[in-house]
Amino acid sequence: MLRVEGITQIFGGLTALENVSFSVAPRSITGIIGPNGAGKTTLFNIVTGLYTQTHGKVYLGEKNISFFEPEVLARLGLVRTFQNVELFGQMSVLENVMVGLHTKSKSGIFSCALKLPGQIKEEKMVREKARNWLEFTGLTDLADVAACNLPFGKGRLLEISRAMAVEPQIILMDEPAAGLNSRETAVLAELIRKIQDLGMTIVLVEHDMELVMDVCESIIVLNLGKKLAHGTPREIQENPAVIAAYLGED
Amino acid sequence: MIKEKRQILIFALFALIILLVPLFLKGSYFLNVLVFIGINTLLAVALNLLLGYAGQISLGHAAFFGLGAYVSGILTTRFPVDPWLALLIAAMCAAALAFVIGFPILKLKGHYLAMATLGFGIIMYIFFNETVDWTGGPSGLSGIPNLRLGPLIFDNDRNNYYLIWMITLGVMLLSINLSQSRIGRALRAINDSEVAARVMGVNAHILKVQIFTVSAFISAIAGSLYAYTMTFISPTSFGFNFSVELLTMVIIGGLGSIYGSFLGAAILTMLPEFLRVFRDFDIVIYGLMLILITMFMPTGLIGGLETLFKIIIGKIKGSTARNA
Repeated sequence: MLRVEGITQIFGGLTALENVSFSVAPRSITGIIGPNGAGKTTLFNIVTGLYTQTHGKVYLGEKNISFFEPEVLARLGLVRTFQNVELFGQMSVLENVMVGLHTKSKSGIFSCALKLPGQIKEEKMVREKARNWLEFTGLTDLADVAACNLPFGKGRLLEISRAMAVEPQIILMDEPAAGLNSRETAVLAELIRKIQDLGMTIVLVEHDMELVMDVCESIIVLNLGKKLAHGTPREIQENPAVIAAYLGED
Repeated sequence: MIKEKRQILIFALFALIILLVPLFLKGSYFLNVLVFIGINTLLAVALNLLLGYAGQISLGHAAFFGLGAYVSGILTTRFPVDPWLALLIAAMCAAALAFVIGFPILKLKGHYLAMATLGFGIIMYIFFNETVDWTGGPSGLSGIPNLRLGPLIFDNDRNNYYLIWMITLGVMLLSINLSQSRIGRALRAINDSEVAARVMGVNAHILKVQIFTVSAFISAIAGSLYAYTMTFISPTSFGFNFSVELLTMVIIGGLGSIYGSFLGAAILTMLPEFLRVFRDFDIVIYGLMLILITMFMPTGLIGGLETLFKIIIGKIKGSTARNA
């Protein structure tokens, strides 16, 4: 589904990622873990087109998507969420999800300004689909609230709803559980499985080990910009190199 | 759906008031001021699409206004071109120019974009001043004809009022439609978080260039209407000061509010009449207004009025509840 080949990222004199390769199976849930500064978010930013890597290639299916812009990747079915929750604060919850449906509609400036019949029909479709996604994540009651007034946990859910509205093949979540309490994390775990049931592939960067070990089928460990291990949760937990990286060598 | 109906009602009411106003006005002086409020509203709405919706600043919008005025002025005085056709050509020229310069400069953000548009405005101002053979230079271009529509000649304030306000109301309605559509949402999304908008598949750069082009197109229509109304134009009307005045209209009226643009344009058009006593210090008053509004009413006067309205409604409801 997603294949990363020999990614190297150098910022000035600092090597943030060094020759990282891995692949993600379709319809799987993959976790990327590692200590702070391991290069997890940098890797996400490269895959989602926000950074330009120094070396290496990224494939989505058979398609080489290295150096693609994020707006093109969205159309190809690759979306992400952000560690610091990037919502459209001034817009309502429903409108946020409707922006997620941007690629599912095509009215231009003129048909929007003139409210041509096609645009009215499309608008109705977009509104209906957006409502369905809010129902999926349980935010229906908050549809008309301005996104900036949402509590943090609900903001996270909104960001996921908005990403789902793109109807992606693969969704990358950057620390989805950061800042959530244990009950919210449990809801999130269930939601991630529900997304997988829809046939989507999920990759998440996460510090919450309980969540990672619970939902992920496959885990990639990064340390100091290099891939340290790749395996099932059980294999990772028993891997001496991983234990050493996390707990320090004795 | 109810919200949509309410909005149509508000617009219909607004349009009705605008169209009925001349019937209650005796003198032509105030009607003349209202004509300029119409032109300035058109300009403020155009800038608001760019600044209020997409969040992209322009410190050179007077240049598109000037370009519209000069293209129409030159075509109708030096060539036998029909004024309506000239208006269309002028708007197309401004749109084409905006499209060409928009591509590189809209990659810039914040201060850099402000500087680039400022530079553009100044270059155009110099151009209006220096190409004396075409524009008449600092002494201006005179003898621009009035618009005609069949037997109707737009050479008096009443006719101009209806002509300009019909166009302004039309553009306001289209802008309101746009703001509640897919494109409007995408623009507001860019304003709030460009990176998130792009991840959702919004091609932010292209959309910014598109709205910049539309904004220039509308500004140039306003410029042509200004030229045909005044029949005389000179570069001072299209300089940096006017770009700042437009910015002030949009910000004090309310970013992202079409009615706010009307309010801002109305206040800034009428203000000089009241500020005569201050002579050249009127610019100080503008600055002071801008500071106070951005500090205490970040959503502009329209936002401030809305809050006030809600408080009053709340008070009334509260008192009736207590009485019951």
